[in-house]
Amino acid sequence: MPRRLTPVLVTTLLGSGIAQAQTDVPVQLPAFKEGQYVHEAPTVDDLMQDESINPELRKVILRGRDMFINTQQFRDEYVFNDLNCKNCHMGEGRLNWSGPVWPAATTLPDFRGKNQHVNSLEERIAGCFSFSMNGKPPEYGSDDMLALAAYHQWLAKKAPVYETNIGGRGFSHLGREMPAETSYEGGEQVYREHCARCHGTDGQGVRLSEQTVFPPLWGDGSYNWGAGMTRVFTAASFIKNNMPLGKPGSLSDQQAWDVALFINSHERPQDPRYTGDARETREKFNNFHKFTMYGTEFNGQVLGQHDNTGTKPFLKPDALRPRSFE
Amino acid sequence: MMNAKLGCLLAGALVFCGMAHAAGDAQRGQTIVMQGDGSGAPCLACHGLDGAGNDAAGFPRLAGLDAGYLEKQMQDYRTGTRQSAIMAPNVDNLDDQQIADVAAWYASQTAAVPPLPDADSELMAHGERLATRGDWDSYVVPCETCHGPGSEGVGSAFPRLAGQHAGYIKQQLQAWKSGARSNDPDQLMLAIAARLSDEQIEAVATYLARQPMQGDL
Repeated sequence: MPRRLTPVLVTTLLGSGIAQAQTDVPVQLPAFKEGQYVHEAPTVDDLMQDESINPELRKVILRGRDMFINTQQFRDEYVFNDLNCKNCHMGEGRLNWSGPVWPAATTLPDFRGKNQHVNSLEERIAGCFSFSMNGKPPEYGSDDMLALAAYHQWLAKKAPVYETNIGGRGFSHLGREMPAETSYEGGEQVYREHCARCHGTDGQGVRLSEQTVFPPLWGDGSYNWGAGMTRVFTAASFIKNNMPLGKPGSLSDQQAWDVALFINSHERPQDPRYTGDARETREKFNNFHKFTMYGTEFNGQVLGQHDNTGTKPFLKPDALRPRSFE
Repeated sequence: MMNAKLGCLLAGALVFCGMAHAAGDAQRGQTIVMQGDGSGAPCLACHGLDGAGNDAAGFPRLAGLDAGYLEKQMQDYRTGTRQSAIMAPNVDNLDDQQIADVAAWYASQTAAVPPLPDADSELMAHGERLATRGDWDSYVVPCETCHGPGSEGVGSAFPRLAGQHAGYIKQQLQAWKSGARSNDPDQLMLAIAARLSDEQIEAVATYLARQPMQGDL
């Protein structure tokens, strides 16, 4: 019988945790809001025991799950950095407060601000490959895309379609506005104390036997300048509720903001939407980049003003294209 | 031979090796392993010259563990950051260089994991689930997330678990739970250990002890 986590108010526990004898580390996650839909995504054990699932469908879902966990098997095909889907969507994409992926299956097709048109589930997945994985998405309608879409939809089992008031969805619980006192230097200190052990002093992560153990946080192995995680608020909320691993909520809100700013003030592969000028690209996609450091000056350099696409031999995958019904 | 420096390079992250230490010399280490620190028992009395340890007696396997990890443990025994009435008097006369040498010796050992009797298949399956998939609903992350593919260890902070004696793994997880051990970096192991049930500890220890050493030591 699994012990389900009881979310607790961060504010009430922060003070009390410190004085206690350190014989445990509380899981400090935000409370769900009144009226929110809270989903309990099924596990792979549920899938294996679910006799209503056609064996062929089960194979497809398991394939999608395998792609999600070990995305590096598609290195230099769909993925040109060191990341796996599960690095940002932890707990196999099931976990609330860790960008659970199933809402994409119940809320799409819908209008998406990032690309200003109505996106399907496949298109949303293609977005992850294009930006977070610095890659080239599986073809729409392909076996691999079907498998990933099937995995998302199965995780959404029993969730209401079109319900958007979802507890623990996305990475924005700290809000979108970076506090004025947010500090790069403060972030550097947090990074040294709590992050560098795994992610490396240069953010390079750790790879062993051609597998990513700890994901790189900047540089060629990490997400590109167009990834949602480059937004400081996205990274701050992810860090607050997921890092250090196993200790969600252990950093203060300000520590999370500081280290998010520090990480996202480092260079990474080019935004696939690059026009040739980072300041211009920032302006053109300001609805997104107003939350990133891209195209701003840091230490005398304009972040993102370069032609480096990492190990990806092109800038923009064909899958990224506008759509209009006019 | 894997010395501390090489271990760091293999891990690909020099930060693991931030501790200032001299490179260990395995040959000098062998002598210390055979002779001890001058006041206590020689290392080999309990851990064996080849570092195989002894499950029944509760002595961990040291063969093939990361040199930086071994070094830190001995230093922690010496300073009391890690407490053991057995280990403290046996390393207290060793200086930093001698500790590095002993670490280098045991890190370079490749004693095979002896075959163990088959364990209950359900217990093994449970242990495998914990090691490879975790129990996220209790916020127990998979062992492999930090201890690496096959739980074979990552750098000096996350030691090899594959092939470690089940009794020792259980004893240490319980030590974290009770607060008796607390020298893990940033309380990363405490966080997980404190959430493990006794049944989960039994399962994961049973499974890990039966995993082969596949690394190219």
